[in-house]
Amino acid sequence: MNSLLSLKNVETYIDQYHILQDVSFEVPAGEVTVLLGRNGAGKTTTLRTIMGLNPPKKGEVAFKGAIMNGLPPHDIANRGIGYVPEDQGIFGALTVEENMKVAMKKESDDVMERMEWILNLFPDLKTFWKKPGGLLSGGQKQMLSIARAYVNETELLLIDEPSKGLAPIVVEKVMHSIQEMKQKTTIILVEQNFLMASQIGDYFYIIDDGRTVFNGRMQLLREDESLRRKYLGIA
Amino acid sequence: MELFINLTINGLATGMLIFLLAAGLTLIFGLMSVLNFAHGGLFAWGSYAGVWLYLLTNSFIAGIIGAIFIGILLGFITEKWIIQPVYGNHVQQILITLGFMIVLSELLKVIWGPNQIAVTPPAYLTGSWEIGNILIIKYRAFIIVVGLLMYGLIYYMLKHTKIGLIVRAGVINKEMVQSLGINIKRIFLYVFMAGAAMAALSGMLIAPYAGVIHGNMGMEYAILAFIVVVIGGMGNITGSILAATLVGIIGSFMAYYVPELSLAVNMLIMAVVLLFRPQGLFALKG
Repeated sequence: MNSLLSLKNVETYIDQYHILQDVSFEVPAGEVTVLLGRNGAGKTTTLRTIMGLNPPKKGEVAFKGAIMNGLPPHDIANRGIGYVPEDQGIFGALTVEENMKVAMKKESDDVMERMEWILNLFPDLKTFWKKPGGLLSGGQKQMLSIARAYVNETELLLIDEPSKGLAPIVVEKVMHSIQEMKQKTTIILVEQNFLMASQIGDYFYIIDDGRTVFNGRMQLLREDESLRRKYLGIA
Repeated sequence: MELFINLTINGLATGMLIFLLAAGLTLIFGLMSVLNFAHGGLFAWGSYAGVWLYLLTNSFIAGIIGAIFIGILLGFITEKWIIQPVYGNHVQQILITLGFMIVLSELLKVIWGPNQIAVTPPAYLTGSWEIGNILIIKYRAFIIVVGLLMYGLIYYMLKHTKIGLIVRAGVINKEMVQSLGINIKRIFLYVFMAGAAMAALSGMLIAPYAGVIHGNMGMEYAILAFIVVVIGGMGNITGSILAATLVGIIGSFMAYYVPELSLAVNMLIMAVVLLFRPQGLFALKG
């Protein structure tokens, strides 16, 4: 497997709490890897660990073969990793345009091209270009957060619970956009909504109590109800 | 009426000086979540270093440049060696910055002596203009102009430059700024140095206004700056200038009518704001 990112026996603490106890997985380039698991299993912490926001205490996080342990978040982002946090991280007092400009490292032709592509994917952002980010709807905030993470040269996109709190029709839209982005970049998706995850994902890893306990191609999980019951508690 | 206008002009001048001191503090507080009690020390050092150079060269401009330079230098030293080790720990920040404030104040006395130093404005800013029965003291008008110019400059920087945009974003969500590939620690350092330079400029400008400078002036004025930051809202420059103007004008009127209550009234306003709008009157929305 041509892996873009790998985690080996990663352990992460938040204050005194041992959240990730043994997380290992590989993310193949050009595919969507979905992290599944119950609430509080450690999926969000896994993404935060990759970003360096909750650095690992043990184990190894490697991107394109280079170990990233100990790097500050901005260095990790500058290696080509975009992050869409669970709360979307929108700068509410800044306009949509300003939110995008904070993210843009330079205004090169390449970046402007990516901007154009992403704005065509999310036309709502164009409509509300001069509106403060805090006044957008939940779905529009999610779109802005994804657009912002993608606008630079992003080889890997970490997206945390994009469907959370959104109306079903908006979830459809977000799902469609992630499917479009899948053609352009590698994605790690944390998602509770199994229907969405199973339609977008190529691979899955199940995290339980801070450990990766099972993995495989998404088709396996789609077809095996007993596995879904056992690890996710759903039929 | 003349009295009202004169007191208002006095209040505006004081307000602008407090604004210059508070502007740095509000950005440092808002962006870095750092409770910097040493800010008053940087202000006092700007005052002493600037006045020393002013008296030495007989050039007020040289004094201002010297104050700004010492502010930038001390800002760099303070952020790198005093603040950085205690990021994220407010108790340690209060203790270490208060301690550093005392060190800075005592060092002033060691270098320049314990006595007050008298300062007068340069000849071209001495005297007043008389419009009807209203007396406009030139130096106060100068301070108001400098304060407004500085506000315009900071506002422009924050609104129309990339670094300003990053600072505004950082005030709202530091973690997200880092996740977008921006070295927030470097931004912290720049903001801290700029804030210290403004505090030092304020210290230099206040010297001829107050007539004397002394080793304990830092804490005296820093209290007013903290009141302004609380009333104006963390990280909000426009909030700071409005709150500083309010504090300056109230202080000016109270000092004339009920001098004993001059500081108490501002404290009372701060307490009311904390009770009913703890994020400040003009806080930025996340």
